[in-house]
Amino acid sequence: MSESGTHATLDLRGVMCPINFVKTKLKLEMMSPGEVLEVILDSGEPIQNVPKSIKEEGHRIIEVKKEGDFFRLKVEKG
Amino acid sequence: MTDHFIQDKTTKVTVNLEGAEQKMDFNDLKSGGFIKQRQKDLFTVRLRCPGGKLTTEKLIEISKIAHKYSKKGVVHFSFRQSLEILYVDYKEFNAIVAELEKIGQKVASCGPRVRVPTACGGCEYNPNGLTDTQKMAEMVDQTFFGTPTPHKFKTSFSGCPIDCARTKEMDLGFQGVVDPKWEEEACTGCTICSEACKEGAIESDPDTGKPIFDPLKCIWCGDCIRACPTEAWRPKRYGHIVRIGGKHGRHPMEAVEVCSFLPDEKVADAIRLTIEWYNANGKRGERIGNTLKRVGLDNYLKFMEPVFRNNETVKA
Repeated sequence: MSESGTHATLDLRGVMCPINFVKTKLKLEMMSPGEVLEVILDSGEPIQNVPKSIKEEGHRIIEVKKEGDFFRLKVEKG
Repeated sequence: MTDHFIQDKTTKVTVNLEGAEQKMDFNDLKSGGFIKQRQKDLFTVRLRCPGGKLTTEKLIEISKIAHKYSKKGVVHFSFRQSLEILYVDYKEFNAIVAELEKIGQKVASCGPRVRVPTACGGCEYNPNGLTDTQKMAEMVDQTFFGTPTPHKFKTSFSGCPIDCARTKEMDLGFQGVVDPKWEEEACTGCTICSEACKEGAIESDPDTGKPIFDPLKCIWCGDCIRACPTEAWRPKRYGHIVRIGGKHGRHPMEAVEVCSFLPDEKVADAIRLTIEWYNANGKRGERIGNTLKRVGLDNYLKFMEPVFRNNETVKA
């Protein structure tokens, strides 16, 4: 585990919907339940859509930080 | 459309059906979902597919029947989500109906009566869906299909405010809504809800990040509930916005909203009472939207009070 408490990071800034969600999904599939993936998403459409899709897939968003024009999400694999 | 053609005015013909002479009334046929085509002797057979849903087994069987009876081997997906078998010779009506009956497929209707309800996917498989539109369409089809009314009577069900089933264009339309409720203890002030809300109904407090909700801007779509990572936004109640008096056609009219949170269990009552009011007040050949204009919306709302009361907002 890295010092920030995450097992992997995906920088999805500039990645369009729904590719950003697909990338998140594929990354989570390679991880073990309970592991945490950090995802960086743009505001606007990505942040409107990706978090709810992550929830629908049965994962948990445990932390959200807004940093200027983007969001840093920590997702625990369900 | 074709009912204005001159040749349709003489509707009674003698036909030889399976060896026996029978009188056939083309007007009766029309109420049974057989629509005259421009081609001599050929009709469209409209099937009854509430909510535009068919089992794959049935679809396979319908395909075989369509292939056997359609002189051109084609079908058409009607604008009300039902399958139409084209180019069917009227002399084969009895045979095609019997074959359709064997697989449990009913023929739809036209004319002045309650039509097959349309519906989107709703909460059964659409992520945005808030109500079970397919179940509702099935109920309307079972309970009200074919009920005589002064003119055609179209109903539809949309599961969310995106309104794919176009409830604003229906004689009576039902669109799914959810009333969101926010619980402070669960909220971490992450601001995702204000980002997720496309209506600008949620602003984030600049200091705490917690939501400031404006119910006047809310269209009850539930995006905040779905996006919230900590379940601080939860559904308080689900229901239907009820819209009446809409229609498409040459002179389209937009339906008016008459109830904002009608629960599932009251939908049948709303339809039953609306049909009752329409039959009592509507003139022959007059869509309910025009009846409402002539008689007055207040008259209707007063009649509907037993159903719409306690479901809030009656916007006129």
